[in-house]
Amino acid sequence: MTSSPVSPEPATPRRPAPRAPLGWLVPAVTVGGLLPAAVLVLDALGGALGANPVQRALNQTGQLALTVLLLSLACTPLRRLTGWTWPARIRKALGLLAFFYALLHFGIYLFDHGFVPSLVLADVLERPFITAGFTALLLLLPLALTSTPQSVRRLGFARWTRLHQLVYASACLGALHYWWGVKKDHTSPLVAALLLAALLAARTLWPAGRSRAGRRAASR
Amino acid sequence: LARPARPLGPYDTSEPVTPYAQATTYNNFYELGVSKDDPARNASALRVRPWTVEIDGEVQKPVTVDIDQLQSWFPLEDRIYRMRCVEGWSMVMPWLGFPLAALLRRVQPTGEARFVKFTAVNDPQDLPGQQEAILDWPYVEGLRLDEAMHPLTFMAMGLDGKVLLPQSGAPLRLAVPWKYGFKSIKSIVRITLTASQPETTWSRAAPDEYGFYANVNPAVPHPRWSQATERRIGELRRRDTLPFNGYAEQVAGLYRGMDLRRFY
Repeated sequence: MTSSPVSPEPATPRRPAPRAPLGWLVPAVTVGGLLPAAVLVLDALGGALGANPVQRALNQTGQLALTVLLLSLACTPLRRLTGWTWPARIRKALGLLAFFYALLHFGIYLFDHGFVPSLVLADVLERPFITAGFTALLLLLPLALTSTPQSVRRLGFARWTRLHQLVYASACLGALHYWWGVKKDHTSPLVAALLLAALLAARTLWPAGRSRAGRRAASR
Repeated sequence: LARPARPLGPYDTSEPVTPYAQATTYNNFYELGVSKDDPARNASALRVRPWTVEIDGEVQKPVTVDIDQLQSWFPLEDRIYRMRCVEGWSMVMPWLGFPLAALLRRVQPTGEARFVKFTAVNDPQDLPGQQEAILDWPYVEGLRLDEAMHPLTFMAMGLDGKVLLPQSGAPLRLAVPWKYGFKSIKSIVRITLTASQPETTWSRAAPDEYGFYANVNPAVPHPRWSQATERRIGELRRRDTLPFNGYAEQVAGLYRGMDLRRFY
């Protein structure tokens, strides 16, 4: 038995369905966002991660997680600032990518500690540096789990939005974790913290609910 | 690459030596940059000749000596030492040099001498790291006189049978194997014997994190990370860190009666 379509061929030649504009955007962001992971794997296999490959992979995935998380936090201010709608469409992909890298980062950390639960638990409980990073990851977990449209419907938009405000706490803890993890030269963690502060401040400068049209009207 | 066979000395570890390529490309030497690969990349910024070393302070025979002459004073010895970085990684380093005690005996410490202060190269014109206020330059380290006189305390001028490269602290560096690596100051230009404990760079930069003693101690964590384990460069899994980096038998006596949690 073949699975032929139930409906007959339309009489008139069907025109291709009007594709959503920028339909390539999310796949491109996803593939592009996964490229660093692919490069990391290739580097690891090729022995190109230097004398301390585990540390290098740990640093790279951590930096990637925070970077992509900052990018995801840039979407909303960018949309409000410019009126463009495309930043909102890649926000979810960026958020999930950030979670992916954070999970990878944690996985490498677990490997580094020989997957010994007692060792990891002691670290998480006793070292503020680890506590901050672990909490940042933990806060991303419910966000990743409720990233589907069904979840938005099930929770209701208001509750879903409130839940997803956890991302601010996660990003702050991530930036703190980065700061604490550096021995002396705090330039990179400082840049991350300043970018995060700017992105959070932007939300108060261009609050929600003011559409481009609204702003246009106001500026007239 | 096989090393010429020689019997291991009483201070040598028999553990496999860290490959030279890794030991000379994964370095902490902030004068040449803060990334691990910066020192090797910026090595040419450190001019290692002409180089003089000044030895002064509480000594009867202060001297300023050219590095090549200094080397001729002592027969060079091999020492295969473990090196444990405070960041939680370690290497096995085949140093070439002479015991610090030999040099100190030559300049004859006075009865007032209690500590040894080491000062590293200061050349903000050429050293990229010194153009930034990462640390208070020049880098300063110190030892108690009895630590400095201990036969394990070594002045290295070579590594793996070759003259030290800039990233390893050319032309003259300290190697104190039972202390965290930052104590083993690189590119020394001055050795001053003092009556009181010198202020050292890292303990000034972050006194709650880096003490004057900085003895390797798995039981005393760094405030931000554990010191219980370490990764030997070249190995994937961490291994346990040993008290005094495995040199407890030789050096624990130096600290008898001291609270090592307080004097970290």
